[in-house]
Amino acid sequence: MGFFTDTSICIGCKACEVACKEWNQVPEDGLNFTGMSYDNTQGLGADTWRHVAFIEQPRRLGAQQVDLHHEGDGQFRWLMSSDVCKHCTQAGCLDVCPTGALFRTEFGTVVVQEDVCNGCGYCIPACPFGVIDQRKGDGRAWKCTLCYDRLKADMEPACAKACPTKSIQFGPLEELRTRAAGRVEELHQRGVSEARLYGHDPDDGVGGAGAMFLLLDEPEVYGLPPDPVVSTRQLPDMWRRAAVSALGLAGAVAVAFLGTRR
Amino acid sequence: MREAKAVPVWPVLRQLLGPDRSGRGAAARSRRTQELQARVVEADKVVKSVCPYCAVGCGQNVYVKDGRVIQIEGDPDSPVSRGRLCPKGSASLQLTTLPTRAQKVLYRRPGAADWEEIDLDRAMDMVADRVIRTRRETWQWDTEDGHRVRRTLGIASLGGATLDNEENYLMKKLYTALGAVQIENQARI
Amino acid sequence: MAECHPVGFQWVMEAKQRGATIIHVDPRFTRTSAVADIHVPLRAGSDIAFLGGIINYVIENEKWFRDYVLAYTNASFILNEEYRDTEDLDGLFSGWDEESRSYDQEKWQYEGTETQSAAGQRKKGAENEQENEQENGDSGGAGSRAGGPEGAARSQSHGSGGPSLRTHRPERDDSLQHPLCVFQVLKRHFARYTPEMVERVCGVPQDAFLRVCETLTANSGRERTTAFCYAVGWTQHSVGVQYIRTASILQLLLGNIGRPGGGIMALRGHASIQGSTDIPTLFNILPGYLPMPHAGVDTDLDTYIEGEAAAQGYWANMAAYFTSLARAWWGEAATADNDYCFDYLPRLTGSHSTYETVYAQLDGTCKGYFIVGENPAVGSANARMQRLGMANLDWLVVRDFFPIESATWWKDGPEIASGELRTEDIATEVFFFPAAAHTEKSGSFTNTQRMLQWHHQAVEPTGAVRSELWFYFHLGRIIRQKLAGSTDPMDAPLRDLVWDYPTSGALAEPSAEAVLAEINGHDAQGEPLSAYTELKDDGSTACGCWIYCGVYAEGENQAARRKPGQDQSWVAPEWGWAWPANRRILYNRASADPEGKPWSERKAYVWWDEGAGRWTGHDVPDFQEDKPPWYRSPEEARGPDAIEGDDPFIMQGDGKGWLFAPSGLADGPLPTHYEPQDSPVSNPLYPQQRNPARQIMPSRRENLYHPSAGEAGAEVFPYVATTYRLTEHHTAGGMSRWLPYLSELQPEMFCEVSPELAREAGLEHGGWATIISARQAIEARVMVTDRMAPLAVGGRTVHQIGLPYHWGANGYSTGDGANELAHLALDPNVHIQEVKAFTVDIRPGRRPDGAARLDLLRQYQERAGITLETGKGRS
Repeated sequence: MGFFTDTSICIGCKACEVACKEWNQVPEDGLNFTGMSYDNTQGLGADTWRHVAFIEQPRRLGAQQVDLHHEGDGQFRWLMSSDVCKHCTQAGCLDVCPTGALFRTEFGTVVVQEDVCNGCGYCIPACPFGVIDQRKGDGRAWKCTLCYDRLKADMEPACAKACPTKSIQFGPLEELRTRAAGRVEELHQRGVSEARLYGHDPDDGVGGAGAMFLLLDEPEVYGLPPDPVVSTRQLPDMWRRAAVSALGLAGAVAVAFLGTRR
Repeated sequence: MREAKAVPVWPVLRQLLGPDRSGRGAAARSRRTQELQARVVEADKVVKSVCPYCAVGCGQNVYVKDGRVIQIEGDPDSPVSRGRLCPKGSASLQLTTLPTRAQKVLYRRPGAADWEEIDLDRAMDMVADRVIRTRRETWQWDTEDGHRVRRTLGIASLGGATLDNEENYLMKKLYTALGAVQIENQARI
Repeated sequence: MAECHPVGFQWVMEAKQRGATIIHVDPRFTRTSAVADIHVPLRAGSDIAFLGGIINYVIENEKWFRDYVLAYTNASFILNEEYRDTEDLDGLFSGWDEESRSYDQEKWQYEGTETQSAAGQRKKGAENEQENEQENGDSGGAGSRAGGPEGAARSQSHGSGGPSLRTHRPERDDSLQHPLCVFQVLKRHFARYTPEMVERVCGVPQDAFLRVCETLTANSGRERTTAFCYAVGWTQHSVGVQYIRTASILQLLLGNIGRPGGGIMALRGHASIQGSTDIPTLFNILPGYLPMPHAGVDTDLDTYIEGEAAAQGYWANMAAYFTSLARAWWGEAATADNDYCFDYLPRLTGSHSTYETVYAQLDGTCKGYFIVGENPAVGSANARMQRLGMANLDWLVVRDFFPIESATWWKDGPEIASGELRTEDIATEVFFFPAAAHTEKSGSFTNTQRMLQWHHQAVEPTGAVRSELWFYFHLGRIIRQKLAGSTDPMDAPLRDLVWDYPTSGALAEPSAEAVLAEINGHDAQGEPLSAYTELKDDGSTACGCWIYCGVYAEGENQAARRKPGQDQSWVAPEWGWAWPANRRILYNRASADPEGKPWSERKAYVWWDEGAGRWTGHDVPDFQEDKPPWYRSPEEARGPDAIEGDDPFIMQGDGKGWLFAPSGLADGPLPTHYEPQDSPVSNPLYPQQRNPARQIMPSRRENLYHPSAGEAGAEVFPYVATTYRLTEHHTAGGMSRWLPYLSELQPEMFCEVSPELAREAGLEHGGWATIISARQAIEARVMVTDRMAPLAVGGRTVHQIGLPYHWGANGYSTGDGANELAHLALDPNVHIQEVKAFTVDIRPGRRPDGAARLDLLRQYQERAGITLETGKGRS
């Protein structure tokens, strides 16, 4: 299960940011007037699990008729996009987590267990998107859980539920991929030739993301890496090679561990 | 819950005995994770409500547990909003449950530099006395040129448009019976 | 709409997905513009010229919906020869009286008719001098019903229908050729609103303007409809009501009223702001838009009814509506012998709006003030004056969630900092009561589509937190208790008041449902009424608000109905309850042609079912159910019987949509472009610069006006400022600035300026700016953005400054308030302030604090040569 965020219908209301915080009881992220258009939460972090980017550009959007009378042709567009954890198929954060705090859920999503995380911070550089983050004064790593508790109760994630225009959609990835492809085609037909998908390809550097996006410009414009590659891509091979010796050690470790428990 | 007890507590054993050999899935789940459930599942009741901010009138479901609101979200049944909420509507849980919300009646004496806390009943009595006094002092039966007005211009009110119809109704009814005419609302502004 | 009503905007996005074209006309490029098909920036305060230009285009290019216009509007009605247009009188209409600065509406009438709201006539009859609380003679005093603000006091009572005509059917010319028929008058009135003129006034290039005209007209007619949505960007002007009138004329010409997908939608910003006018806490109306009586005019019930009721249409039954209200309020005490307690009502002498109330506080007349879920120290125009008014009170009661600025100004307001006020000198007693939230009480909100929705109490309030229902019920109970022994006749309305609502629980919360039942009304046997047509004028029915009659039909709370939207038709009639009579689209008879057939299958909504002999369709027909399309009224018909089978506008005396309003508006029968009170532009259309009938307040140093274009000193305030709301906050901030989750999204007051203005004024992105008017100086962080467009207006560049108005000094997110800058020059019909377009100066850096802030203000006033008389002339 995952997200498809169609930024072409995002109105930048930030309902997703607030609904996420209310449900997950995420702390406030500080009051900073950034001057970055209407973006004052700046990016994903330990205390912002949904983030809406605002991009002002002196360019035309598809067939939109705009003339703001500035020098030049007066063209303008205001792009908005709600970013979130990608819940990668090959998740660097999960791969490097030494404590088992991060795990892959039965829904295919990647979640940090706050009762297990010891704040080692290994996961942070392992994320090619810069999503997971340590909370100040707490030390532990936090990020979007794709509302794991809600999914267990057969409820959709808080952000997707609140989204007024359904820019954020939740569902099975295959279904979302089909919908996203159809939407791109539709926009192309309407003259929005710059519409493209991001994070939809299972063969990409993270094995396909659990959160895909329809963007109207290059990923970098939205603060997304153009070609993210998980640092632990070779990990399965490495694990296989290590498996034999690991199994040998396992018995001894088990005895020692049981001993201390007693 | 039963299922959680059936799996070994020790993560490495879970990893070795279960299907999740890499230890990145089910085997890594903690007790808390196993038992985690959406807090609305535990709600004692779900109360039908309406968002208090703008006039779109989005439907809200208010989840209550132990006499406290634990979650507010959009009501999917509403033909107005179809379960969706804007950032303000989504913040109505914080609006209604914020610990900094005022809980006490405050009173500032003439010339005083700060508030003092007073009892609600006493405050109600004091306000009633002031209404009666000001009304008497400023009562007008007629204008200077002899037209009957039967009113006071000494008492005014400015009411918010996030109040209920029933509240506005009692306000207008009481104020009119008091003879107050400067009764106004955000609807003017 | 995306900014302030994001969830309502889902339907716009869905329409767009299905092929609708979205046009956004706004001085700024907003989040709505971002997803619109067309964005047109225009100069704040020029919308009448823009819409008037479209009207001219529609007429010139024969794009109007002839069958609809002929049958359903007053296009063919012939005006009296006395009528003179602004084209004849340099921007004034006939009937102007220079001394009282008001119109005699008798001069706008149809040939051979007289209308009722023409106060002039009744004023004469009442032989009264105006008491004149206002300067410039623009207030009706005792003895008048209209004229200036008084007329306004009257016009707002048309909230559920227009003023009426007391006459037989006006003369008409169906060829529309008669030079004095409404259509020809309209055509002539707007003839100079050409694309060239639109460009000159609005700063909108002709090609952009014509693109809007073409799109709009291509999407109107039998098969297609266009809807207009607006918010306070149209109302908060000194000629605001006429903005809406212009849109009404346009939509009537295009046949877009009363039809699905059509209409003019007011997007209201508070949960029950519609309810707050239906069941008003407004000075000039009683529940259901019944007017408050006026001293010297409404001397008894008969005079009141005769003066206010209509001869034709549903307002003819006004006596039943009033009598039923009186029975709801005073019960058995209201009898035919005592005029149903008519004398218990206090009378008006002119306008008593919230802004006059501030003057009354400064004058010392008004001594006690209740502020309930409102924050005038931030949210009302000229906020400084609001605080100074409060500092002159004996006592002040504030009820809110948090200690808002209106509750704490006496210790931390800007006037304390500047030394204008000293806390120890302020004699005002202040009470702050914590208020209950929607989750802590039951009650109904009326949304922006006139739909009542019930919210159920979820939890008990804690501490001293109480609902307004609790506060007012118990306040009334205590007052009545204290006065129980009084025999003073002034206390009779309190003694006789029906005030016996059942209470429950440990807090003794009154039953909101019992109040709703009273609003709905009951018959002599106490049985709930089901429709306002059941109301009687003989005292046998009681009803607290006639337009809400039916909300408790069958003793069931209809507002609490929640049949899921997915389980019913797209009109969703079983969700909540809409007034009147659960009709979801008003005047929906107009969705069918005069013969009662849908204009097109595609746009079928309500139609005449020949076989069944009744109106039917997707909605409750807004028409007498069994009145056939061919019904013609006899000459002597009165009330609803006078409405003919093809008269969809049943609340109008003539059943027609008014292209020309012969009555009811204080500032003209047709909308006319006037410049805002403070404007850097000379009116290109008329020598008359401003709305001549605008309401100017009495002279006070706190409320100085600016010189406008062409007057000495205008250059001191060269920029246009416009205020607005952000998605992330709510009005004056009482429900948003204290919340961390909303505050972090928009943490500080800022101003939005174009790169060109930033260069001109030396402003730095992310830095600070000081914005100054003759009223106050404020500071804001600077947002330099391409979203603000410099406009070419009449050969010069006009820069506009965007000012969100949510902030004040208290709360979690703080900042200066934009409303500090605004003046009080009001729309003469509804007394709304002009905060959408006024002039300011802007300069880099933070504002001075303390006394230096006042010094800066004085410097500017002196430089601009401002006196108490500046900007107050008729023009």
